[in-house]
Amino acid sequence: MNFLNQLLQGALLGGFYALLACGLSFLFGVMRVINLAHGSLAVLAAYWLMTFCNMSGLSPFLGLALMLPAMALVGWGLQVAVLNRSLKAGPLIPILSTFGVAIILDNGMFETYGANSAALGPFIGDLAYGSWSLTDTIYVGQLDALIFVAAVIVLGGLTLMLRYTPLGRTIRATADDPAVVELIGVNPHRIYAVAVAIAMVLVGLAGAALGLRGSFDPYAGGPLLIFAFETVVIGGVGSLWGTLIGGIVLGVSQNIGAEISPHGFLIAGHAVFLAILIVRTYSWGGLRFPLRRAAA
Amino acid sequence: MNDMHGAMTSPKVERWTRQSAVFALSIAVLLAVLALGPFIFSAGFADRLTTLFVYVILAAMWNALAGYGGLVSIGQQVFIGLGGYALIRLSNAGIPLYPALILSAVLIGALALPLGTLMLRLRGAEFSIGMWVLAELAHFIVNLDPLIQGETGTSLRALDHLPPAIARADNYWISLALMVLLLGAVFFLLRGRTGASIQAIRDDETAAASVGVNVTASKQIMFVLAAAGCAAAGGLWLATTISYQPHAFFGIQWTAYMLFMALVGGLGTFEGPIIGAVLFFLMESWFGASGVLYLIGLGAAALVFSLFLPRGIWGTVEQRFGVRLLPVGYRLASK
Repeated sequence: MNFLNQLLQGALLGGFYALLACGLSFLFGVMRVINLAHGSLAVLAAYWLMTFCNMSGLSPFLGLALMLPAMALVGWGLQVAVLNRSLKAGPLIPILSTFGVAIILDNGMFETYGANSAALGPFIGDLAYGSWSLTDTIYVGQLDALIFVAAVIVLGGLTLMLRYTPLGRTIRATADDPAVVELIGVNPHRIYAVAVAIAMVLVGLAGAALGLRGSFDPYAGGPLLIFAFETVVIGGVGSLWGTLIGGIVLGVSQNIGAEISPHGFLIAGHAVFLAILIVRTYSWGGLRFPLRRAAA
Repeated sequence: MNDMHGAMTSPKVERWTRQSAVFALSIAVLLAVLALGPFIFSAGFADRLTTLFVYVILAAMWNALAGYGGLVSIGQQVFIGLGGYALIRLSNAGIPLYPALILSAVLIGALALPLGTLMLRLRGAEFSIGMWVLAELAHFIVNLDPLIQGETGTSLRALDHLPPAIARADNYWISLALMVLLLGAVFFLLRGRTGASIQAIRDDETAAASVGVNVTASKQIMFVLAAAGCAAAGGLWLATTISYQPHAFFGIQWTAYMLFMALVGGLGTFEGPIIGAVLFFLMESWFGASGVLYLIGLGAAALVFSLFLPRGIWGTVEQRFGVRLLPVGYRLASK
C-alpha cells in the first residue's frame, strides 16, 4: 500500500515538474535556446509573490495578477538585452550569457533576500496542508492536485494556442524558418520577444507552484533547471504532452528512490534520466532529442 | 585571378615568428624562476602561486573543451570532485600522496572515456546540462561512501607527518609541474594533426566533418584530457586545502570560475585562459572578501564578455594587432 502511495505522490510531483519544464521546452522549441537561467527565474518569481504577500497581506493567487505580467516584461527584456544578441553570435554564446544571468540572479537574490528559506504556504491557510483521503493510507494533497491540474491546463492551453490561433501559427512558422517568415511580413524578433514573454509567464506559474508547495531559497534555481531539463528529456515525445509523462516518470522514480534510501530521491531521478539517455542513444542508433521538435 | 595565383605561391608558411621565439625564451626564463619559487618567495606568496597554478590548469582545461571542442560543460566540477575523491581513496589505501595524485588523474581520465562516449552524443546546451546532472549524480554517490561521511567530508591525512614548509614546497612544485605538463599537452595537441581537426571543428563542425575530420574522435580526446586535467586540479586543491567536503568539490561555483577565466581571457586561444586565470586570481585577491557581490561581478563579467567581447581579451588583441605569442597555428609571411 505504501508503494502505491509513493507512486501516486510521485505522479503528483510530476505535475509540478511538467509545469516547471514547459517554459524551458517551449523556448527551446521556438528559438533553439536552452535558458540556463530558467530555474533562477522561477525562484525570482516565487520571491516576488512572497514580497507581494508580505506587503499587501493578500493571497498569493491575487499576486499572480501582478507577478505574471511582470515576468512577461522580464521575458521581453531578456530577449532584447541578452538573447537577441546571443543568437546572432553563434551556438556557444547563449549558453555562456544565460549562465551569466543565472549567476547574477542567484547571488543577487541571496544579497536581497538572505540565506533563509522562504515559503508561500503561510499565506494560503488550509490549502497548504488540506488533503482528501482515498483509503486509510493514501492521501491526495489538495495543493498537489491543484498544481497537477494547473499543469494539464497549461500544457493543453499551450498546445491549442500553438495549433489553432494565428499567433500560434506564426510562432510555429518562425520556429521552422525565421528567414522565410520575414519574407511574408513577419518580424521574427517580435515573435521571439512574444515567445520569451510567454515562456516567462510559464516560468512565473512554475515559481508560484514552487513557493506554494514548499520552501525555496536563493540557490534553488540550479536544481530546478536540472529537474526541468530531465523532465523534457525523459518525456521524449514530440508533443508538449510528453513533458507531462516525463515529469511523472521523474517524480515517481524520485519517490521510489526515497523509499529505498534517504539519499535515494535525487540519485534515483538522475540515474533514471541517464539510463533513459543511454537507452535512447544506443537503441535508436542516435539520440532524437525531444526538445528539437517540442513546438512542432 | 593572376593576383590570386601570385598570392598563393609567393609567401612562405611559417609557424615560429621572431616574436614567438622571443616570447618562448622569456617563458623559459619565467619558468626557471618559478621553479626556484619555494627558495626565493615568502611562504604566503608561494601558497598563493600554488593556487594560481591550479586556476591556470582549470582555465586551460575548460578552454580545451569549450574553446576548441565547442563543448560548454557546466558540470566540469564532476572531475574536480572525483579527482579529489580518488586521491582520498588511493591515499587511504596506502599509496604515497603524489603518485596517488597522478594515478587518480589517470583513473578519472580513463573513466571519462566511456562517459564521453555517452555525453558527446548531446548537442550544445543539452551537453552542458547533461554534464551538470553527471556532477550531481557523482556528488551524491560519493556522499554514500562511509569514508566520506556524507557532506561532513573527511581530511587528507597523508601530509600530516610532513613539516608544513616541506608540504608547502612539495605542493608548489607538483602544481607547477602539472601545470606545465598539461599546458604542454594542450600545446602539442593543438600543433599536431588533432589540433588542426579540433580548430576546424571549433570554426565549423559540419564543414570539418565534410572534409573528413573525425569530429567525434577529436572531441573525445579533448574530453578525456579536460577530465584528467580537472581531476589533477581537484587532487592539487585537496593537497593544499587538506579537507575534502563533497559540496565544495562538486560545487557549481567551479564552473563559474572556469567560464570566467576562459571567456574573459579569450576562448579558443592558447594564451587567453592563462591571462584569464591571472586576472581571476587578482580579482579574487582584491574582491574575494566581498563574497556575494564578487560572485555577481563574475556573472556580470561573463554576461558582458559573451555579448560584447566574445573573443575575450587575448582574442581581441590577437585579432587587432596580429600578435601570436605561442605558435599553435600557421601563418603566412611575406618574404
